[in-house]
Amino acid sequence: MVTAAVILASEGANPLLPNWWEVLVTAVAFAVLLFVVKKFIAPTFEKTYTDRVEAIEGGIEKAEEAQAEANALLEQYKAQLMDARTEANSIRETARSEGAQILADLKAKAAEESARITAQAQVQIEAERVAAVNSLRSEVGTLATSLASKIVGEALNDDARSNRVVERFLADLENQSNAGVSK
Amino acid sequence: MTAFALPMASNDGGFVPPTISDTHLPDVLPWMTEYGTGLGKQMIMVILSVVLIAWFFKAAIRNPKLVPGRVQFFAEGFYSFARNTVGRDIMGEKNFRPWVPLLFSVFLFVLLNNIFGAIPFLQMPSFSHAGSAYAIALIIYFTWIGVGVQKHGIRYFKLAVVPTGVPGWILPLLVPLEIISNFIVRPLTHSLRLMATMLAGHMIVVLAGSGAQYLIMEQDSILLNATGVGVIAGSVAMYFLELLIMVLQAFVFTLLTAIYIQGSLEADAH
Repeated sequence: MVTAAVILASEGANPLLPNWWEVLVTAVAFAVLLFVVKKFIAPTFEKTYTDRVEAIEGGIEKAEEAQAEANALLEQYKAQLMDARTEANSIRETARSEGAQILADLKAKAAEESARITAQAQVQIEAERVAAVNSLRSEVGTLATSLASKIVGEALNDDARSNRVVERFLADLENQSNAGVSK
Repeated sequence: MTAFALPMASNDGGFVPPTISDTHLPDVLPWMTEYGTGLGKQMIMVILSVVLIAWFFKAAIRNPKLVPGRVQFFAEGFYSFARNTVGRDIMGEKNFRPWVPLLFSVFLFVLLNNIFGAIPFLQMPSFSHAGSAYAIALIIYFTWIGVGVQKHGIRYFKLAVVPTGVPGWILPLLVPLEIISNFIVRPLTHSLRLMATMLAGHMIVVLAGSGAQYLIMEQDSILLNATGVGVIAGSVAMYFLELLIMVLQAFVFTLLTAIYIQGSLEADAH
């Protein structure tokens, strides 16, 4: 039987008694493992770990920075918008007052112009009236003289006389009209 | 009825239960036997474990990435377990850093050598041999004593065995107890806890194997052969229990390592 052969081959059955070669082999093997881990494995793990922490924290920092920047820009835009609004309001106010000013000016100018035109027309009317009166006076004189000479049948060739007669006639006319007016 | 007949059958001398000695297989190199090296499966597995651990973790982080791949993530899981769960939580933020490589090595070394017991063909936890358990426990024993002496000088031995805050008259009773507890019992329990659990698990596997072999191959009754199948089915359940214990003992061993070193570092704090 195999088992019996093994029992005979082994030194003792007490499980607490070590094989000293096993102690040695295990100790040396563990020392080698510890050396390899300490020298090559643990540092790489630690480095990866640190890098990862840095990457994550760096990412968070970067995001915070971007957020702050965006907030600052937003504030700036808001302020600019506010400024623009105020400016637009003031421009509108100015335009309104300027428009009113212009309107008033135009009104004044138009009134002035109309007054000027009216005055000119009156002067012209007066001049035309005077001219009409003068031409009437001479024409009425001539007409009346020729009429009178026709009626009287006598040539009133004597200018002095005819003038006198005309004067008298006119004076009578004026007296009549004055009397008519006074009446 | 057949089941009750089983003990009688073995009393007849048919079944020889396996013994502890069965865990010591013959030498791999028979011509070395006369030097008593016992270079066998167990030693080869110990060496294999170192090669496997070093190779796997070296390969897993050959090209470390900030966003780890599957293998790197797996490897980092072990490392961060040794680093954070054992190292930082036990030893504290201030002290744990220099000890991470040791804790990581101890954890992986014990874990893989235990798991060997659950891998077919290997099927033997290396630490079921007392020699290996003594070796690693001794290394840690000298480590924490060395740490204490380095940190506190020769006064460390006084700090370690004389508890503060107890009345003077009780000290003659307490100091020998502390010496025995800290410097004699502690390394023994540290190593034997590991060795005994692994050996027990391994013996169950050996027993189930030889029992099933005996029942199926060397019995003529078909019913006894059937109970052999029952033994195999039971041993599968034991296999999973054993797997749990293997992982648990690796964790416990590492945890105690951290606690002992922490105790030496802060010997003046309690």
